[in-house]
Amino acid sequence: MPARVVVLGGGVGGTLVANLLSKRLRRDVRVTVVDPTGMHAYQPGYQYLALGQANGRWLVRDERTLLRTDVDLVVEPAIRVHPDAGTVQLARGGSLDWDYLVIATGARLAPELVPGLTEGSYEFYSLEGAQRLREALRRFRGGRLLVGVAGIPYKCPPAPVEFVFLVEEYLRRRGIRNRSEVRLLSPLNRAFTIESASKVVQPLMAQRGIELTTFFNVESVDPSSGVVSSLEGEKAEFDLLVLVPPHRGQDVVVESRLGDASGWLPTDRTTLQVEGHERIFAIGDATNLPISKSGSTAHFEAPVVASRIAALVKGSAPRSNYGGNVMCFLETGNRQGTVLRFDYEHPPAPPQPSAIWHSAKWLFNRMYWGVVPQGRLPERMPIPVPRGRSTE
Amino acid sequence: MSQAVARTLDLKGLSCPLPIVKTAQAIKELASGELVEALATDPGSVADFIAWCTSTGNELLEHTEEGGVFRFVIRKK
Repeated sequence: MPARVVVLGGGVGGTLVANLLSKRLRRDVRVTVVDPTGMHAYQPGYQYLALGQANGRWLVRDERTLLRTDVDLVVEPAIRVHPDAGTVQLARGGSLDWDYLVIATGARLAPELVPGLTEGSYEFYSLEGAQRLREALRRFRGGRLLVGVAGIPYKCPPAPVEFVFLVEEYLRRRGIRNRSEVRLLSPLNRAFTIESASKVVQPLMAQRGIELTTFFNVESVDPSSGVVSSLEGEKAEFDLLVLVPPHRGQDVVVESRLGDASGWLPTDRTTLQVEGHERIFAIGDATNLPISKSGSTAHFEAPVVASRIAALVKGSAPRSNYGGNVMCFLETGNRQGTVLRFDYEHPPAPPQPSAIWHSAKWLFNRMYWGVVPQGRLPERMPIPVPRGRSTE
Repeated sequence: MSQAVARTLDLKGLSCPLPIVKTAQAIKELASGELVEALATDPGSVADFIAWCTSTGNELLEHTEEGGVFRFVIRKK
């Protein structure tokens, strides 16, 4: 009998792990992907949608078209995992048996955790949010535009910095830059958590007149007066506020009592097994790993999980380990960008922004649908990406 | 006798900027003059705590390291 693998979540990690397993094990495996919507979104594109540079059709595809034909797709929310019974309960009353389970359920946006956030701010972390922000930006005639984060951790750590550069350029193009103040609110004393990246982006921000408010950890938003307050006791007035909402783990993880207090899965940093559960793996945003929550992380983790499950199915010792690989492009506006590549032992060493990395990001944006979910992207990068010296 | 710590925060294993965020949240709930102790393992947190205290006016009374664990004692302003 083929091994039964259930994958919860049809995002980049879940889709890739399902395709890789089916490709590698063929008749020895029966893979089922369970996804509540059956639609796969290319989330890095949301910011372009908000800025009027992309449409929703480019960003969302039917998950079925991305999976190999021998992978089953169940479009229904999973509501509870029973690790001891080896089953997962579905919303409409059914249940699936598994020998191996991959939890790739991602993160949930939790704007309700910050008073006033839903009414008082905009975001580009959901399709609907990006569409609302696009309309708000179109109506914007100049004023104070603030960008920041309302909770940690959040997906794609460079996104607020990237967005502030792109929106500044957008205002210039609209001819309303001179009537606008553009400001980044940062929880730290620099623009970005990673110091080497801050050193690259801060001089550029200064050049473009993008202000930086440091140690501003958002506590609440007052929509009627247009004021955002920080835990540090500061207040900032705005005309348009763009805040990344807090993130939490998905309900199915919480309901299954597998997650920590915020709903993240305690995960082994190299084997990607959920702690205490040999046959359950976690990838992507759903884990508690102290690395970026991003599609890139899931993309690098999926082959490790596929390889480990394939080895277990074949009765050999799994040898593939995750080393903390993440790579992301960071747009800096004016058709330039840089790149961050790092792992558990190597911090990033982002190169000076140039047209090369902006073009590389757009090449990736355009190639995504045809290569990433299918596992067709070569493991070695066509262009060498600089990385910092080992910290070990 | 030194003043007792009102609250201890276990921030071990958390990476930047979470230790600062959690400390900012915890300090908010303390009374002025009370002490909070924070234990972190992220080496970057040392510079972050020093800068955060300077910027916010909370007083960093101690910072020590033992076996890879950084300990900070902060008095709320």
